[in-house]
Amino acid sequence: MLIGLMVIGAGLATGFALKSFNENLMYFFSTTDVVEGKAPKDTLFRLGGMVIKGSVERPNDGLMVRFKLTDFSKDVTVEYTGILPDLFREGQGIVAHGKLNGQGVFIAEEVLAKHDENYMPPEVKDSLKNQPAPLAGQK
Amino acid sequence: MFLIPDPVVRFFHRMASPPHFYAFTQRLMPWLVVIFLLLTAAGLYGGLYLAPADYQQGDSYRIIYIHVPSAWMSLFIYVVMAVAGAIGLVWRIKLAEIVAISSAPVGASFTFIALVTGSLWGKPMWGTWWVWDARLTSELILLFLYLGVIGLYGAIDDKRTASRAVAILALVGVVNIPIIHYSVEWWNTLHQGPTVTKMDKPSIHVTMLIPLLLMALSFKFYYLIAMLQRARTELLLRERNAQWVKAMILESK
Repeated sequence: MLIGLMVIGAGLATGFALKSFNENLMYFFSTTDVVEGKAPKDTLFRLGGMVIKGSVERPNDGLMVRFKLTDFSKDVTVEYTGILPDLFREGQGIVAHGKLNGQGVFIAEEVLAKHDENYMPPEVKDSLKNQPAPLAGQK
Repeated sequence: MFLIPDPVVRFFHRMASPPHFYAFTQRLMPWLVVIFLLLTAAGLYGGLYLAPADYQQGDSYRIIYIHVPSAWMSLFIYVVMAVAGAIGLVWRIKLAEIVAISSAPVGASFTFIALVTGSLWGKPMWGTWWVWDARLTSELILLFLYLGVIGLYGAIDDKRTASRAVAILALVGVVNIPIIHYSVEWWNTLHQGPTVTKMDKPSIHVTMLIPLLLMALSFKFYYLIAMLQRARTELLLRERNAQWVKAMILESK
């Protein structure tokens, strides 16, 4: 009985703690959050999204990369100078750490690749590619 | 109890008796070891040799065959430890207390392996060894819970009292288990969502899934072996003045 109460008590306490920490536990903001102004201004935060196919460019032949991130509803332009992780590629989810400049461009200091939960041999991926995509999320 | 068939009830009654448990696990041990070795050999052969490379991660994904079973075991063993602890707390069954505390170091090891292999996997794929996202942080808290259980047990001299204290700590920590599992769904994390343990079809190709499940099963057997060996030692320590231990030692001389 006493133990049951303790477990319930601990559960409730954790629940409230998680509720109040909810913001902090969000590892990154989405691109929609940024466009709608929910992301912090003038401070570092993380931005997550998918790299839009065909948006990656190196404007002045240097290490600087410019690409667009999307959550399939709003886009944000990101600029990053540095070495990208192996899994960084177009159509891949990434998390960038940095801040917004005056023009609404996200200046990243660090770029991490987020891999998805799918594992399959390359041949299977190729045969999937040849079929029409069921969800045309790409703009 | 009316739903449980009679032989099962009798089995558990007999297992709760220390001399019977000691003799039974002794006879069981070679079988467990053989099954464990077979499963590990099959799982590693399937995972490292037969399974194809991943379409994005190439051969690096193969660390999944250690990382994911270890992470599953870290959660599974914690639940076993908490349930055994609760049984010991309510019915004062000595063997349940022993199973609970014998599980802790094995669970802590699996948690540690999951964290280390995850870190090794994270560096090439994500580009970082460690991030404070919800999944990684809650798994780290699990490691501290295990270490807390081990430390608390060691700090109290009377082992029956220690077992009660440890059981309460383990039960309170159970809230962390669903948090770890659902962290990737409740919050935006760098760690990806579940591949196998979800309601939908697993998002892993069947040729890669089978070795993964074999490894998961093999780790279960490893846990049984390691936990039972610890439990047998702990049992002898606690029962060192009991008649059956003396009789057994005299007999073996």
